[in-house]
Amino acid sequence: MVTNSVQPEPRLLRILNYVSAVLMMSAIWMMFFYAPSAQLEAGGETQRIFYFHVATGWVGMAVFIFAALAGIVYLARPHPTWDVLSVAAVELGLVYSFINIATGSIWARPVWNTWWTWDPRLVTATVMELTFLAYLLLRQSIEDPQRRARFGAIYAILGSLTVPLTYLSIRIWRTIHPVVIGSGDPSAQGTFDMVPQMLHTLLFSLLAFTIFGITLLWHRVRLGWLSERVEQVRMKAMRS
Amino acid sequence: MIRVLPYLGVVVRIVRKDLAVEWRSRQLVASMLVFALLVILIFNFALELDARARSELSSGVLWATFAFAGTLGLNRSMSIEKNGQAIDGLLLAPVDRSAIYFGKMLGNMFFMLIVALLTLPAYGILYNVNLFNGGLLLVILLGAWGYSSIGTLLAAMAMQARSRELLLPVLLFPLLIPVLVSAVRASGYFLEGLEMVYIWPSLNLLLAYGVIIPTLGYMFFDFVVEE
Repeated sequence: MVTNSVQPEPRLLRILNYVSAVLMMSAIWMMFFYAPSAQLEAGGETQRIFYFHVATGWVGMAVFIFAALAGIVYLARPHPTWDVLSVAAVELGLVYSFINIATGSIWARPVWNTWWTWDPRLVTATVMELTFLAYLLLRQSIEDPQRRARFGAIYAILGSLTVPLTYLSIRIWRTIHPVVIGSGDPSAQGTFDMVPQMLHTLLFSLLAFTIFGITLLWHRVRLGWLSERVEQVRMKAMRS
Repeated sequence: MIRVLPYLGVVVRIVRKDLAVEWRSRQLVASMLVFALLVILIFNFALELDARARSELSSGVLWATFAFAGTLGLNRSMSIEKNGQAIDGLLLAPVDRSAIYFGKMLGNMFFMLIVALLTLPAYGILYNVNLFNGGLLLVILLGAWGYSSIGTLLAAMAMQARSRELLLPVLLFPLLIPVLVSAVRASGYFLEGLEMVYIWPSLNLLLAYGVIIPTLGYMFFDFVVEE
């Protein structure tokens, strides 16, 4: 059965809390003071949002894939832990991807001269976000916990197909979205040359956001166990 | 190891069962068709389809119509199983359950194709465009295959949820986007008479989707109908 008693916050998690706070603050410091501003076509000072944009995008996609993997494990050996992990990952991915889309939009306003454009990258990212919103709606409308977990796992696996599509969309279709890593489409608008300080900042924010993401995921999983426990206690109370 | 011929026999029987049920009432195809024509009518007012816009928008309007009409078919195909617990009888049968999935899927695809074949001439007459194009028919075939493969799986899931009819489109449309995007592009290019070089990427996406989703459906259907 589930870990019936929810333990107090483990030591490693408490350490992670502090580590991610320090990492995030350093990352923000690096974004503003260490990295130089980009050339004007890439948005000048606005380009600093790029570090947030890429880091949240990376973590968002990674946790969606993680949710699908947890789903596969759940289908192979049904244990509530995998379900709790999967739903925690999806929720985290939704928040991170939303930040990714929002920061992209803020950057696009001065550079592309519009908040939004129907570019393949923007469309596929939105489809990914909507798919996992649908995942939450699906879970909400199923009462039986085992069926909810099973359907959630299947939908997370199906939904994870949108992740490679989003990742590859700027590499297979013509797009105005810059491809900073690897070769870009000549029609991309707002590309810039990455100087070493920018690369350091990018790599450091990737690390910081990943560690922060893991910390959040862990907290969310503990919350998931708590709500499992609440459900069990409620069932017991209703039966007696 | 699945023996192929008996497996196909089960699939064919399920398709025949669905067709027989439909043949007796003719409710589903009739309502899908009327609904499809109404959607086209609404697009006419909404988009002011004049002669020039028509030729560019035809493929988009057609696919949006098929996508909306298709959800009616999916809901219906699962609700006839839910009524009177017919699905329990199906599941009790000593056959591989994925055969039920493929049977329902082919049935849904068949209904979509009928509706498409009836909508095309109507659209062609109403808007004075010639839609009888071999390429377009091929795209409709592939699109209906992709649509019903994902739709049948999700409809089987939505059927067991609290708000079934409400849930299905929400679950379906995000995962349907790759089919719709490539089908709209490919049909549009075929209607414009572009060379195959431009059409292949969209067709390839349709083909890839049409292989991946039925495979996942084959693997997951057992988990969907498990009690």
